[in-house]
Amino acid sequence: MTAAIDAHELTRRFGNFTAVDAITFEVQAGEVFGFLGANGAGKTTAIKMLIGLLAPTSGTARVAEFDVTTDAESVRSHIGYMSQRFSLYDDLTVRENITLYGGIYGLTDAEIRDRGDGLIGRLHLEDAADARVQSLPLGWKQKLAFSVALLHRPAVVFLDEPTGGVDPITRRQFWDMIYDAAEDGTTILVTTHYLDEAEYCDRISIMVDGRIAAMGTPSEVKGRFGAASLDEVFLELVRPQSVSAVQHA
Amino acid sequence: MREARSGSDRRSALRAFVIKELHHIVRDRQTLTILLLLPLAMVVLFGFALRNDISEVRIGIVDASPDAATIALRNRLSGNPRLSIVAVAPTADIVEPLFRRGDADIALVFPVGFAESLSRGTAARLLLISDASDPNTASMMAAYVNAVIASYAADRGVNRQSVQIVPQFRMRYNPTLKSVNLFVPGLIALVLTLVTALMTAISLSREKERGTLEILLVSPLRPWQIIVGKVMPYLLLAFGNVITALLAAWLVFNVPFRGSLMLLLGSSVLFAMVGLALGVLIAALTASQRAAMLGALVVTMLPNTLLSGLIFPIASLPGWLQAITYFVPARWFIVIARGIMLKGVGMSNLWKEHVILVVMLVVLFTAAVRSFKARLA
Repeated sequence: MTAAIDAHELTRRFGNFTAVDAITFEVQAGEVFGFLGANGAGKTTAIKMLIGLLAPTSGTARVAEFDVTTDAESVRSHIGYMSQRFSLYDDLTVRENITLYGGIYGLTDAEIRDRGDGLIGRLHLEDAADARVQSLPLGWKQKLAFSVALLHRPAVVFLDEPTGGVDPITRRQFWDMIYDAAEDGTTILVTTHYLDEAEYCDRISIMVDGRIAAMGTPSEVKGRFGAASLDEVFLELVRPQSVSAVQHA
Repeated sequence: MREARSGSDRRSALRAFVIKELHHIVRDRQTLTILLLLPLAMVVLFGFALRNDISEVRIGIVDASPDAATIALRNRLSGNPRLSIVAVAPTADIVEPLFRRGDADIALVFPVGFAESLSRGTAARLLLISDASDPNTASMMAAYVNAVIASYAADRGVNRQSVQIVPQFRMRYNPTLKSVNLFVPGLIALVLTLVTALMTAISLSREKERGTLEILLVSPLRPWQIIVGKVMPYLLLAFGNVITALLAAWLVFNVPFRGSLMLLLGSSVLFAMVGLALGVLIAALTASQRAAMLGALVVTMLPNTLLSGLIFPIASLPGWLQAITYFVPARWFIVIARGIMLKGVGMSNLWKEHVILVVMLVVLFTAAVRSFKARLA
C-alpha cells in the first residue's frame, strides 16, 4: 500500500527565507493527519505545495500517487480542498454551488443530482437547498463547504483551519463528518489551532520554523515530551523559538 | 482510486463555470441595471450636453481701409445666421482685449487695399486669428469662417488664395457639424471598456479576495477555462450594450449608419475581447478589489477616453503622447467604428486597425493566462 501523501525533503524558499525546510512525512490512506504549528511556521506553504498551488524549491511530494511537480493536473482532480477562507459562493444557492463544483470536477448530471440530494439530506438542508448560501449560519456553511469538497470523492482532502470561528457543538459535528469521510477511505490532512481537535487525529505533526519538530500519534507525542496535554507540548516547542526570534529580529 | 470518467453526459466544466458567472451577474441587480442603462445614459448625455457644435461664432473685424470689397465681405459674414460681428476697428489693437475678455472667437484682419488687390487679380491675403485656448472649437470655427469667405470669393469669381487653410476631417464626413455623430463610436468604445475591462477586473479580484479563486486554481479547471468562463458572460453583456448604444444614437439623434452592421458588431466583439484580456491581467497583477478597480480606471478608462481621439484629436497631442496612443486599443476601435458608421467603409480600408487589435488581443490573452500560471511557480 503506497501512502496517500508522501513528502520527501520538501523545501520552499522565498529569497533567503526558508518557509518550509526539507520536511519528510507520510500519510496513509484513510488516516486523519493533523498538521499543527504556530502562525507562520510554514503549514500553509507546505499545503500549497501539496495541492499544486506552489512549486517546491527542492524535494518531492506525491499526493494520491501523483507527483505534485510533474503531474499536477492529475493531483488536482484527485484531491479536495477547503481553505481557511470560506470557499463557497455566497450569492449562489446551496444547489447551485453543488452543481458548479460537480461540473468543475467532471461529474455527470445524474451524479451531481444524486450526490447533491444525498449531501443535502445528510446536512438536513432540504428547506435551504434553494436559498442563497449567504443566508446560512456560519456552522452550516462550513459543513456544506466540507461536503462539497468531498462531492467528487477525492482520495485526499486538505482542510486548512476548517473550524475557525465555529461554535463547539458544530465543531464536534464537523469532526464526526471528518471521521465518516476517513472511514470511507478518504485521507484527510487538517490544520487547526484548536489543540483539543488535534487529539482527534490519528497522527499529528507540529511544525516550527519550517521544520517538523514532532510527529506521531497524539499520545506518542505527549509521551516523548512528558507532557499531560498537547497544549504543553505545543508551548514547549513553540515558545523558545519565538522568544529567540524576537531577540534576533 | 477513482477511474477517469468519460461519456457525453459529463457536465462540461466550462459550462458549469459560465452558468455560475451568469448567476453572479444576474443576482447583482443594481450593478446589472447600471450596466444595462449605461450606454443609453452616456449617449444621451454626451449627445445633448457635451456636444461642441458651433452655435455662434463671434468675429472681431480689423479693417484699416474700408472699401467696397471689405464691406461686401463683412455683410456676407454678418448675414450668416451663425456668425456675428462684435467689433470693427481700424487697428489690430482690439484683437488681444477681445480675446482676453472672451468677447470674440475669431478675428479677421483685412489688408490695406483689399478691393484693389481683388480687382487686380493678385492674391488678397486675409488673416484669420482664432482663440485657440480651445483648439478643437477654434479650428472648427476657423473652418466655418473660411468656408463663408470661400463662398464669397467663388461668387465674385475671384481666384483667391486661401487665407488660412484648416483641413478638417469633420467638414468632410460630418457636413452638418454634428459632434454627436463623432461621439457615438467613441462612446461605444467607452461603454465596452467599462463593461469588459473594469467589470472583469472587479469580478476576478473579488474571487481572489474572497479566496474562491484558490479553490478554482486547485480544481482541474485549466487557467484558460477560468479566464474564458469568466469573460464570456461579460462579452454577452457588452454585445447587448453596443446594440443599445446604436439604437439610442439612431432613435434619439438620427446618427447615420452607412456601413455594415455585422462588421461593426464583429469589430466590437474583438475590441471587447481586448478589454476582457486587459481586465483579467489587471486582476492578476493587483492584490485587492479596490486596487483592481483603480488599476482598471487608470490603465483602461483614462487612456481610452483621453488618448483615443474621442475627446482630444490625436493630432493635437504632443509627440510623446501621440506615441502612447498607438498602444491604446480604443484609438484603433474608434477609427474602425467611425469608418464603418460615418464613412461606410469596409474591411479593405480598416484591415490594418483590425490586425492591430488582434495582435493586442493575442499578446494580452497570453499574458493573462501566464499571469495565472505564474501563481503556481
